[in-house]
Amino acid sequence: MENVDAMKLDGAKKEPKVNYLTNGFSLKSWLLTKDHKRIAIMYLISVSVFFLMGGLYAAAIRLELLTPASDLMESGTYNKVFTQHGVLMVFFYLIPAIPAILGNFLLPLMIGAKDLAFPRINLLSLYLYWIGGILTLYALMQGGVDTGWTFYTPYSTTFSNSFVMAVGLGIFINGFSSILTGLNFIVSTHTMRAPGMTWFRLPLFVWAHYATSLVMILGTPVVAITILLLAIERVTQVGVFDPAIGGDPILFQHLFWFYSHPAVYIMILPAMGVISELISSFSRKKIFGYEFIAFSSIAIAVFGFLVWGHHMFVSGQSIYAGLVFSFLTMVVAVPSAIKVFNWTATLYKGSISYETPMLYAFGFLGLFLIGGLTGLFLGSVGLTVHLTDTYFIVAHFHYVMVGGTVMGYLGGLHFWWSKMTGRHYSEFWGKISAMLIFIGFNLTFFPQFILGYQGMPRRYAAYPEELQVLNIFSTAGASVLGVGLTMPVVYLVHSLIWGEKAEDNPWMLSGLEWRTSSPPPTFNFDETPIVTWEAYEFGEESGLDIDEARREAEVSPAA
Amino acid sequence: MMIMQDTSWVPLFPEDASSFAWQVDYLYFYLIAVSGFFAIGVVIAIFFFAIKYRAKEKFATPDEIHGSIPLELFWSFVPFVISMTIFLGGAVVYYNQYKIPADAMEIYVVGKQWMWKVQHRTGQREINELHVPVGRKVKLTMTTEDVLHDFFIPAFRTKADVVPGRYTTMWFEATKPGKYRLYCAEYCGLNHAGMGGWVYVMEQKDFDNWLAGNASDQTPVQAGEDLFTNKLGCASCHAGGDSQRGAKLENIFGKEVKFVDGNTAVRDEQYIRNSILNPGSQIVEGYQPIMPTFKGQVTEEQLVSLVAYIKSLSGDTSATGTSTSNSSSTQEDSTMNQPKESEPKKPSEDKEGESK
Repeated sequence: MENVDAMKLDGAKKEPKVNYLTNGFSLKSWLLTKDHKRIAIMYLISVSVFFLMGGLYAAAIRLELLTPASDLMESGTYNKVFTQHGVLMVFFYLIPAIPAILGNFLLPLMIGAKDLAFPRINLLSLYLYWIGGILTLYALMQGGVDTGWTFYTPYSTTFSNSFVMAVGLGIFINGFSSILTGLNFIVSTHTMRAPGMTWFRLPLFVWAHYATSLVMILGTPVVAITILLLAIERVTQVGVFDPAIGGDPILFQHLFWFYSHPAVYIMILPAMGVISELISSFSRKKIFGYEFIAFSSIAIAVFGFLVWGHHMFVSGQSIYAGLVFSFLTMVVAVPSAIKVFNWTATLYKGSISYETPMLYAFGFLGLFLIGGLTGLFLGSVGLTVHLTDTYFIVAHFHYVMVGGTVMGYLGGLHFWWSKMTGRHYSEFWGKISAMLIFIGFNLTFFPQFILGYQGMPRRYAAYPEELQVLNIFSTAGASVLGVGLTMPVVYLVHSLIWGEKAEDNPWMLSGLEWRTSSPPPTFNFDETPIVTWEAYEFGEESGLDIDEARREAEVSPAA
Repeated sequence: MMIMQDTSWVPLFPEDASSFAWQVDYLYFYLIAVSGFFAIGVVIAIFFFAIKYRAKEKFATPDEIHGSIPLELFWSFVPFVISMTIFLGGAVVYYNQYKIPADAMEIYVVGKQWMWKVQHRTGQREINELHVPVGRKVKLTMTTEDVLHDFFIPAFRTKADVVPGRYTTMWFEATKPGKYRLYCAEYCGLNHAGMGGWVYVMEQKDFDNWLAGNASDQTPVQAGEDLFTNKLGCASCHAGGDSQRGAKLENIFGKEVKFVDGNTAVRDEQYIRNSILNPGSQIVEGYQPIMPTFKGQVTEEQLVSLVAYIKSLSGDTSATGTSTSNSSSTQEDSTMNQPKESEPKKPSEDKEGESK
């Protein structure tokens, strides 16, 4: 904050044109920036690259599964392809996507702060993400990894001749990126809120990120420890996980899922935060049951730590442990249900418009409903004995992770695009792609529920012939999904140059991020805002001149 | 009796061929009903609201509604109650799936990259195939020579991971003769997708014929005895009567044992296996830590035979393939690890298996 840039800004204050994007154009001004918004943009570019790569692997998987035999690739190649799809998507897309891009950009704006509490640490977290990512890419270039993204021992420690340790190190380093981001969010939310921004005036997006951050800083160290133990075992032959030298392979699963189950909530909670914003904004109504949505996020974060064993129902843990974990899993279903009911109730007597972000929100609700409800199938332990490790699981977690996180991410990206870039994208293509993604997604993954109940195991390069019809549906759907996901890349990039210039507050919303220019100046607000309104107030009490905005909209009916 | 009895264009359900398969299916139907109810209800509400309350003027400011405590409590309580019914249903089915019945006929399974090796109590061995009689309870005691595997028979609606370094168990009772797919469901490397085969469920007389037609070499108990007395030389310490240096092995199975460090354990299969591989880790009270480890000298299949032989010293031969099973053992649960069959508490005289 007290740096050279600050002085530059003071000098430039009279010229309102200077914003965070035009404040310096050199490469150095980006790579050494402490501006949370620039860091978010760099995250956006890097995360998109990983998402694209993960998507290409997904395409390869679906092409291979078009036919029952493993003909497009040998099974060894297929094993690497699905592993790398999982590693890239989970660790380098799903976990950072919303917090590191949208959270980084918006959290300070939403609480009325100039930046996050630790801008340098924020930059460090980006560099850790890059180092982890490059290490992982290096391993993939060298020959890849074939253990599955779960790295189950003893296959990963003793039997796999692939680049397990390089990828492990990449994930280890990347984990610290999450930890630092989480730390930054928590401290910022506690200490940097603008005057008048009480906890219960915070947008639910901030609550969701607060809950996510708790999970990040409490859970991620466990996966770091686990990877460290793997390395110790490989290097020093101290038996930890390998039964041949006195270790226990199930211990690895406990440690892995103790992190990786909460990590699922790292992925979905921020998306829930986005959806709360979208639904409230596009029905122009105060969110129904604010406190219940806020505390359900915290409840999910807390209970999320107690259900890791539901990944291990058939792995050899005790029958009674299975029952306890099944019970706790059912309890976690309740806060998720509360959120869905509250979002639906928010629509009641609203003024609902169907812009692209709202279509994504509707898509989220539809897909998350199916993803969440099939979670009940899998939490019900007697049923899961049959369903686990089949395509039912694959379909379920794609409904939650893609249907939830990706829809939330894309909805949020479209919603705040004008704020981030100062430009409007094409509403027409936005709507088309949102619908294509929804249709393509369902066509891809719904058949997999049926395949799963049929008993088709996951991670199979070849499958019995009687299962081909449903696999063809799935692959066909994947191509629609692929087209739908490619379109935003085109029209969003297009909008950067040819897009219409965006107003500061195109939808007349009351959140603080809409009360600064688009794009915002380097320190977000020219004056520290003072908050006198409740969250999600759209009328006069929020201090916005609705009549004036309406008159302007009459003149130029654009956004 | 092929797997594809369901000849519809898109098969929706796998065949139903074990005694608890219908329970899993009913649970599945119940969940589909619950999910359908909630999903359709919420989707109808969303559509209804989205159309009825669509924006009629730009930047409208509809009346605020803060929420409703009674509604929140209602829609917290109802899902909780329903989720509890799902939990209880699942718990009952799970218990049936993993509570190993005492009178099951025992078959040993050893997983290995990338094949299933099966050994019957009467000595028959098969690879990637499993022949079982219809209407008989079958218990699989499983381990692996290398990485994790998972024995999965969709038509029986059950599976269990196979874990190196320990025995896991599963059971089923096939209800329909036929041929059913067997998969490995836990990723195990290069040819994971090829690690499968068929389970053949046969009428008892066909099964007896099959057993007779596949002349066995040695039963596991015989093979174990051979290892015990000749190949590994266990007998030099463990079979000398009162003067033997090693721990007594007769009539110990299923009973509690006390270690020099004061801990106790039940002598089950896992215990015997561990005693052979890591003798130093559980010194029985009253004995010296003199036994060498046999780690690296015995294969998993030999271990299975040794366990079978040592169990036979306690009179336990469990049920074998023939139809005259009448084991009367009772059962209790091991509190550690896997739902493991812990063993008969009753003395061996109760048994009428064909002991060797």
